[in-house]
Amino acid sequence: MTPADLPALTIAELQTLLRQRQVSPAEVVNCLHARIADADPTLGAYLSVDLEAALRQAASVDVELPLGGVPIAIKDIINIAGQPCTCASGILGSYRSPYDATVIRKLRAAGAIPFGKTNMDEFAMGSSTENSGVKIARNPWDLARVPGGSSGGSAAAVAAGEAYGALGTDTGGSIRQPAGFCGVVGLKPSYGRVSRFGLVAFASSLDQAGPLTRTVRDAALIMNAIAGGDPQDSTCLDSPPPDYTAKLGRDLRGLKLGVPREYMSDGIDPQVKVAVDAAIAQLHSLGAQIVEVSLPHTEYAVAVYYIVATAEASANLARFDGIRYGHRAENSNSLLDHYGRTRAEGFGAEVKRRIILGTYVLSSGYHDAYYLRAQKVRELIRRDFTRAFEEVDALISPVSPSVAFRIGERSADPLQMYLADIFTIAANLAGICGISIPCGFAALDDVRLPIGLQLLGRPLDEARLLQIAHAYEQSTTWHQQRPPARKSHEACAA
Amino acid sequence: MADQDLDVSYVAKLARLNLTGDEGRLFQEQLDEVLAYAKKLEEVDVTDIEAAAHAVPIFNVFREDEPRAWFNAEEALSNAPRQANGLFIVPKVVE
Repeated sequence: MTPADLPALTIAELQTLLRQRQVSPAEVVNCLHARIADADPTLGAYLSVDLEAALRQAASVDVELPLGGVPIAIKDIINIAGQPCTCASGILGSYRSPYDATVIRKLRAAGAIPFGKTNMDEFAMGSSTENSGVKIARNPWDLARVPGGSSGGSAAAVAAGEAYGALGTDTGGSIRQPAGFCGVVGLKPSYGRVSRFGLVAFASSLDQAGPLTRTVRDAALIMNAIAGGDPQDSTCLDSPPPDYTAKLGRDLRGLKLGVPREYMSDGIDPQVKVAVDAAIAQLHSLGAQIVEVSLPHTEYAVAVYYIVATAEASANLARFDGIRYGHRAENSNSLLDHYGRTRAEGFGAEVKRRIILGTYVLSSGYHDAYYLRAQKVRELIRRDFTRAFEEVDALISPVSPSVAFRIGERSADPLQMYLADIFTIAANLAGICGISIPCGFAALDDVRLPIGLQLLGRPLDEARLLQIAHAYEQSTTWHQQRPPARKSHEACAA
Repeated sequence: MADQDLDVSYVAKLARLNLTGDEGRLFQEQLDEVLAYAKKLEEVDVTDIEAAAHAVPIFNVFREDEPRAWFNAEEALSNAPRQANGLFIVPKVVE
């Protein structure tokens, strides 16, 4: 073990070294900073890195705490006191957060060091991080391809050894899909399991923060730190969270897993289909019973999502008015002119598109036809899952119909981009939990691209998902494979 | 199939969002396509279905109404684009 190897460790491995005093928290932070300085100009995973703040915390952190001394990268939609929170948008300008989000407060209480704000689609609207208003992020497996989105920076950083673990947010797949594209683990908790206080709101009834990590165990460790009730978020559930590591290592005998017929239909890349079928066979060989189930309203999920999510976004983004913080247009000649120009100058194209759509579906005369109807179909989608979970313990599917696509390939056609979220979106509508884990590689031209397996679970059954994911992971070697190294790590001076 | 109901330039005014002519035309075309796709929701029978809320139903969430430390005026103003005398400067709203 040389210091330059440090960033390649899992969180669990790093903790062992920290607790044995073989390495100090400050050395860990400095090494990671060197790795970021070395690799990130190519990758574009980070929007800002506050080394001084991290070193201040590292100087006094107790390594015996559950995540003591472990740096965690944070999607730039989550507030950290004293640091920028741009949401990758021009409208936030030079905003600096005056407070910590609850998830940040909880991470700090567990000894973790929030370190670095990661790139994303503007306001988490997108599936490729191409909508970042700051810069492109790239997939570490193939720099010509997207890392997925909207938590693309978090996924790319974890995959490339620029972070031990990261927080992302998932409104329609924004943790799971980039995790799948980058070959890492991504967990979307059940709605209400993790506080949203201090997350910049996109769609309040769908948003959840969760971990992206290199192993399932690491995801469980972060969940242990961030899950649980919060008096400052009335949608956050009070029920005490379990120890998410408790079921890791248990076998799968007696568990019943469902394969939704509607999710395994046409339109899936053949290499993705082969890998997911192999993963299903592997789960069967590990003792799980596999049955086919039906989620009959699947074909309506994307339409419901883009009505509900844009409606909520149009209301949430009304707060960006150039008065109390963020960008403000110069020399406006009236109040309406001030609002209209401030928002025109500050928001990017995808955000504008969604504000228009959301405003329309909520507007007088159209609310019932679009928004109310969508919320009712949403209830039918939720019931599909309730019925399926009466029969099975978890559901299995691909994360996405394809592997990571080329930068620019899909950005001209919003509807096609939206339709690619078909397997992840319903979990947010139903409020259930989901996890993405690596399950193989697709060979394309001269590159290998990760394929993601999705497991969906009952509300608040994250521990079960982690158990199944861990059993699968430990029976394969996918999680040990790392993208090609771009540059030497010799910059590390620890 | 165009959705004749969405008038992007009108909705942009409701949303307090100035659009250029090119943006307006592009969004009209793209969102007509999205709304045409959304029409498939009309196929679904939603008679007697209540609109979805929280996946884990919770009601009447309260907390104690206790004072606690929060931003002081300086912190609240720390990101203001324009401020003076401890106040936000707003655009003129009355003639």
